[in-house]
Amino acid sequence: MVNYPRWAIITTVVIALLGLIYASPNFFPQADEAVETSGFLPSNRMNLGLDLQGGSSLLLSVGVDTAIRETLESVESTVRRELRQRGSRVGYSGLRVEGKAIAFRLRDAADSDTARDRLRNLEDGFELEISDDVNFRLVMSEEAETARRQSAVEQSIEIVRRRVDETGVAEPVIQQQGQDRILVQLPGIKDPERIKRLLGQTAKLNFHMLDESVSIQEAESGNLPAGSMLLYSPEEEGRIPYVVRRTVEVAGDRLVDAQPTFQDGQPIVSFRFDASGGRRFGELTANNVGNRLAIVLDREVVSAPRIQTAILGGSGIITGRFTVQQVNDLSLVLRAGALPAPLTVLEERTVGPGLGADSIEAGKIASIIGLVAVVVFIVVSYGLFGLMAAVALLFNLSLIVALLSVLQATLTLPGIAGIVLTIGMAVDANVLILERIKEEVRNGRTPISAIDAGYRRAFTTIIDSNLTTLIAAILLFQFGTGPIKGFAVTLSIGIITSMFTAMMLTRLFIVVWLRRRRPQTLPI
Amino acid sequence: MRLSIVPANTKFDFVSRRRLAYPLSALLIILSIGAFLTQGLNFGIDFRGGILVEIKTEGPANVAELRATVGDLGLGEVQVQEFGAPDDVLIRIQQQDGAEAEQVQAINVLKEALGDQVSEYRRTEFVGPTVGAELISSAIWAVVLAIGAILIYIWFRFEWQFGVGAVIALTHDVLTTIGLFAFTQLEFNLATVAAILTIAGYSINDTVVIYDRVREELRRYKKLDMPAVLNLAVNRTLSRTFMTSVTTLIALIALAIFGGSIIRDFAYAMIWGVIIGTYSSVFIAVPVLLALNLSRESLSAGADDSEETAPDASAQDMPDTTSDK
Repeated sequence: MVNYPRWAIITTVVIALLGLIYASPNFFPQADEAVETSGFLPSNRMNLGLDLQGGSSLLLSVGVDTAIRETLESVESTVRRELRQRGSRVGYSGLRVEGKAIAFRLRDAADSDTARDRLRNLEDGFELEISDDVNFRLVMSEEAETARRQSAVEQSIEIVRRRVDETGVAEPVIQQQGQDRILVQLPGIKDPERIKRLLGQTAKLNFHMLDESVSIQEAESGNLPAGSMLLYSPEEEGRIPYVVRRTVEVAGDRLVDAQPTFQDGQPIVSFRFDASGGRRFGELTANNVGNRLAIVLDREVVSAPRIQTAILGGSGIITGRFTVQQVNDLSLVLRAGALPAPLTVLEERTVGPGLGADSIEAGKIASIIGLVAVVVFIVVSYGLFGLMAAVALLFNLSLIVALLSVLQATLTLPGIAGIVLTIGMAVDANVLILERIKEEVRNGRTPISAIDAGYRRAFTTIIDSNLTTLIAAILLFQFGTGPIKGFAVTLSIGIITSMFTAMMLTRLFIVVWLRRRRPQTLPI
Repeated sequence: MRLSIVPANTKFDFVSRRRLAYPLSALLIILSIGAFLTQGLNFGIDFRGGILVEIKTEGPANVAELRATVGDLGLGEVQVQEFGAPDDVLIRIQQQDGAEAEQVQAINVLKEALGDQVSEYRRTEFVGPTVGAELISSAIWAVVLAIGAILIYIWFRFEWQFGVGAVIALTHDVLTTIGLFAFTQLEFNLATVAAILTIAGYSINDTVVIYDRVREELRRYKKLDMPAVLNLAVNRTLSRTFMTSVTTLIALIALAIFGGSIIRDFAYAMIWGVIIGTYSSVFIAVPVLLALNLSRESLSAGADDSEETAPDASAQDMPDTTSDK
């Protein structure tokens, strides 16, 4: 332990200096853009979280009316299916959504009882009203409507959170505001336009079959078959019309993964279904070889490939005229899931820090006082060795700041808690070593032998205690979300740097001192 | 001259104190669970949502002053944030206990207190929690898995008794900390969750350090009976236990005194955690090894014996064997 090879000395010194260099941008006032790029010094600073520095705030409106309409439309198709039941078809006309109800008229009053029986308990929250035996109305109750609105907002919040998490913007604040709005606050982000674009996309992906029984011209002139609709390709492609069957064959919520990739140099999205989605997709493609599939995203046909062969593996690709950025964003929103309702940005603001400049100032002063007090205490307790430990502690802090800056991790109040803990643990590692050396001195060892034994024995303890905490931190990172993740990052960084400073840096100081002074007794 | 708080060769009988420590900890845990069940936690805005008020002030707003004013109204947790412009401020107060009427009441109290500082109330709305159900369940899962991993790692490096003992001490510390929050009705928010995780980290670290010494002394003193070895290990790590706790406490006390209102609650929780974590390592984690029937045999196949076989180590360790008996 006391012999310290040259390469280890060099590595230790280099790491410590790199720490200082990479931490340095945080200690100077923000330089001008021009100055930053001209210098060779690193310019990344720590990202401070919303609570410490503020950021941008978006107020989104959830299109709950769309969610309600879609619920009504889906009940409409259920009604259609019920009435058209094979073998006992009930004649009807004028099936449509009318206000908050689905209405139709029976052709034959004799079917009234059959229709009533089939539709009475069709959907929770819908009441059946019948007049003159033939006029049917399935009315959405007020409670059902309120519940649907609320659930649309709640689902939207969940999806927004997932999308923001996927972009790597750490520690957002996402909360419901009022009845149908979502307040999203993001710590100092660089590309708010991208976030807005990502949040603005509903990302409802569905697989339909193309209806090739009519030509486009016929369809456009109004001669559209009952179960089909006219959809267009995205704007950039010149809005090519397609006749698409209304029935959703496989829905996008069956996707479990979507990744950007390339095919023949073109950016594409590859996706994977869950088991039942994969089975459904396999059956569909097996039964429709030679027909065309329509991949519909937010009511636009992104592509309409002809099915060459049954696709049984449960995965597929989406091609189209995409840019790399579009493919990345599309995979991201597909992974995060579709919004139950479209979101529109009502308002965009910059916001000040949640904790307030005053609290942050107080926090800074308190941290400095705490640090000075700790340093004084260690020096008084352990003398020269305490001073070495204190210097190592300062290097430790600079390493933490450097790593946070390089990784562009977001520092919030919980993150600071992680740092306080690691300072405690860094001090602990030094205390362990120094106490152990003291003990060995009392046992009558010579200085070099005592230091050697002290280090050797404290070594396993430091490894065991730090690894235990590190393992816990890694699990918190892997399985936690949001603030838990942020805490885990700072904690892991702190554990690694404090192990380094205690076992490499303080040791280097002590070894250098030993070689220079060759002391007869230890000042401990 | 050197400050030395803990004398060199202490010989306290820590292990017998378990007769006092066990009932005391049991009582603490029962009180904690009781407080949690009867009073519950005083969840802040993060967890329960609240009321959002956007105001425009006469001239640039003094956010610090506004926070102090609103904070003193006794409406629970308050967040004040500059919003877009210097004279535009977002105030969030936590949802008040009770029904609609209490919320309206709180808004009135707020408006009265702000008085003529405000030129316009731009909107007053309810806001939902920022910590959703999914976030809570994933956090709980993460913590459970982390505790499981700690158990397995310590089992692998030591023996199962140590793993179980460490998890008992950890659970003890976390439960009593949550109990403290239930009992004092201190604000329970996201920063508190971080504080509790930090306490858990401290507790584990402290326990493992002492366990490491227990393992070492068990291998060294083959003839000493178990309680004596445990006492020896605690006594020999006592100055380190004390030094580390005191240093961490110094940093935390500085945060509590100078850190302002928001950091203060957080620092209080951590101060409690350091005290309870140190106590549980010494008085719970170590004696619990006896109850778990830790034996030397189970350690004989220990992972790492290099210290014992180090050439110059054994000779000088012997003299102090006699002084311990």
